[in-house]
Amino acid sequence: MIPEFGQLALALALCLALVQGIVPLVGAALGRVEWMALARPAAAGQFVFVAIAFGVLVYAFLSDDFSVLFVAQHSNSALPVFYKATAAWGGHEGSMLLWIAVLAVWTMAVAAGSRSQPQEFASRVLGVLGIVSAGVIAFAFITSNPFTRLVPTPADGNDLNPLLQDPGMIFHPPTLYVGYVGMAVPFAFAVAALLTGRLDKDWARWTRPWTIVAWLFLTAGITLGSWWAYYELGWGGWWFWDPVENSSFMPWLMATALLHSLAVTERRGIFKSWTVLLAIAAFSLSLLGTFLTRAGVLISVHAFASDPTRGLFILGLLGLFSGGGLLLYAVRARHLEAEGGFKVMSRETFLLANNILLVIGAFVVLLGTLAPLIIEALGLGKISVGPPYFNLMFLLPTLPLVALIGVGMHTGWRTMPGDALVRRLRMPAIAAVVVGVIVPFVFFETASVLTVLAVSIALWVCVSSLLDPARRIVFRTGAPMTRGQVGMCLAHFGVGVFMLGATVASAYNFERDFSARPGEQIEAGGYEFVFNGVREVQGPNFVAAEGDIELRSDGELLSLLKPQVRTYQVQTQPMTEAAIDTNLARDVFVALGEPLGNDAWSIRLRVKPLITFLWLGAGLMALGGLVAITDRRYRVAARQTDRSPAQTAAGTA
Amino acid sequence: MKSRTQRKLFIVFVLAGITLAGYLTYRALQENMLYFFSPTQVAAGEAPQRTFRLGGMVVDGSLKREPGTLNVSFVVTDNVHSVPVKYDQLLPDLFREGAGAVIIGRLNDNGEFVGEQVLAKHDENYMPPEVADALEKARAAQGQ
Repeated sequence: MIPEFGQLALALALCLALVQGIVPLVGAALGRVEWMALARPAAAGQFVFVAIAFGVLVYAFLSDDFSVLFVAQHSNSALPVFYKATAAWGGHEGSMLLWIAVLAVWTMAVAAGSRSQPQEFASRVLGVLGIVSAGVIAFAFITSNPFTRLVPTPADGNDLNPLLQDPGMIFHPPTLYVGYVGMAVPFAFAVAALLTGRLDKDWARWTRPWTIVAWLFLTAGITLGSWWAYYELGWGGWWFWDPVENSSFMPWLMATALLHSLAVTERRGIFKSWTVLLAIAAFSLSLLGTFLTRAGVLISVHAFASDPTRGLFILGLLGLFSGGGLLLYAVRARHLEAEGGFKVMSRETFLLANNILLVIGAFVVLLGTLAPLIIEALGLGKISVGPPYFNLMFLLPTLPLVALIGVGMHTGWRTMPGDALVRRLRMPAIAAVVVGVIVPFVFFETASVLTVLAVSIALWVCVSSLLDPARRIVFRTGAPMTRGQVGMCLAHFGVGVFMLGATVASAYNFERDFSARPGEQIEAGGYEFVFNGVREVQGPNFVAAEGDIELRSDGELLSLLKPQVRTYQVQTQPMTEAAIDTNLARDVFVALGEPLGNDAWSIRLRVKPLITFLWLGAGLMALGGLVAITDRRYRVAARQTDRSPAQTAAGTA
Repeated sequence: MKSRTQRKLFIVFVLAGITLAGYLTYRALQENMLYFFSPTQVAAGEAPQRTFRLGGMVVDGSLKREPGTLNVSFVVTDNVHSVPVKYDQLLPDLFREGAGAVIIGRLNDNGEFVGEQVLAKHDENYMPPEVADALEKARAAQGQ
């Protein structure tokens, strides 16, 4: 009976989402206060029923209810309890329910945080979120119901894909979804602004914190995914330009552009149309990402089951939401008037350049991701686009983008005399370039022009981001920094650290496969590896061949690496568990292959210098976002616009 | 104050920039496109001399290893024609005889396909759509 309760809860959630979507929007159009007031209770009700549905699914997993098809396909009674719970999003149906649940949480947060905003506006925002939610719940209900029963009930389940039996599975998908789905919030704010005809500095101040939160989760989610693929799945790289990776990266690029465009709209009341378009584009790319991942139209490491009806349904939703948004924009955009102008030499210009370069980057990735679909649709053959395309084409807008960060940060709003800027940045820039040229040669002996350029730019951003904080902390001069400014410096410093890691790890990556007999010593990548053979070990639901490899440098033992090849009992596919020795300067990565005969085993060795900087940099970006949303002005702004201050105590959480 | 000529010049520059960027993007895309060919297409001599993707089923019992080395050879088939493949790196976890595989590489003078990368990262029930399609086409062609 219990799974049917889940289904019923989902159906009720759909009804409430429709109420939340339709009644407040109509009420706002007709000026009916009591209709508008329905938005919050409907959202709360929807949240409760979605939570029940999600709870029921998790319960079905925990209680090994294999009469539910989705549970039977993705769980097994021998699966550790931890993974039983996370298996709830280990497949298509469950992850759509997670999508819905995350949107419900966002909706509740917006409902609570928008109490200080005019009712007409807030109810339109919640209304748009309700429509989005209704669309996605209908999708789940019609094409991917997680509560479908399986008759007859099997004795045991098919088990969770071994790749997903990993702590990364607990954090990566939910974090990514919070960011991904969160793009619906700036979209709803943009649509509400177009409907209301009010798009001013206040609007930007309301929208910006939500966008930052979504962005920082997206940043963290993508980083966790990349880290997971690298450390746990043993794929050995951190980014593959896989369609599924791209489909989370494109919304990230758009969200980053949106953040910067919102900064201009908030401060100066300009770039309004552009901001609205970016908000629509970011959410559209999130939906496109859902389509690419869920419809299985592209060849991908993530390739889930493919089902044309699902694809068509998501395409329909994509058409409805982005088409609707763009149509509204076309009708209403001429009401958006710039409230001021700016000179060429000003922060506005740099932020405009940032936006253009980010959009170019997103477009290049989009083109490479969709090219196989387009070419196949034209009947020109089946192709795939190799990573070299992405590496080259994405680098072209990224290098100037990152280089300009360092300048733009120190430029004033409206206008700034060029000579003052030059005087301020001359020494740091020269220092960054000199160090950037010297360092690669000192540590790695060789360097290409591109490496020197990228390292210089990375160091330049790091130095430039620290100028203001250093002046403030060390010399105690200059104005106190707001949390927003601290966050910005932190995030930009993170960009530099990330780029340093990415450049060095790619340029000086050592990677080779070897065959080794027990007792054999291999010299590779500046280290000695002593292979001591392989023994069998028993895990909870797998058996593994475990290699024993000494990592030595000039004869001195650094660590003992134990890579495994696991064979899971239910799904018999083998799984590589790499062993990694990490420190700040480099990672040494060892993966065990298979027996080659004559006692020999194949071994994959990699040395990746500075790769830790990559995760660190991405983490700093997300942390910068976190610091920025604690800025006083978002709380103050919420209180100022409110009629009764007492009401907002819990408002801006 | 911008004069008319200045504005025209500006527009010309922007258009030229966009055209150049578009052309370069197109070139980069084209150079990195990897076309897919089935064993039947390779047998018919349709496959190019440059790098491409070959896909099909790995023939049961065809996987041979030079003892103690990484060098392996196996045969990929679409049940009508087959292509011998050589490879000298670690095979991915999900590579199995009797299952589908896609290999990136190029043909050598002996008609062998020298692999640079074997793709089999998906789960074991999953068949690369291109391989499924190639098998289907080969079956249809044989039936005629």
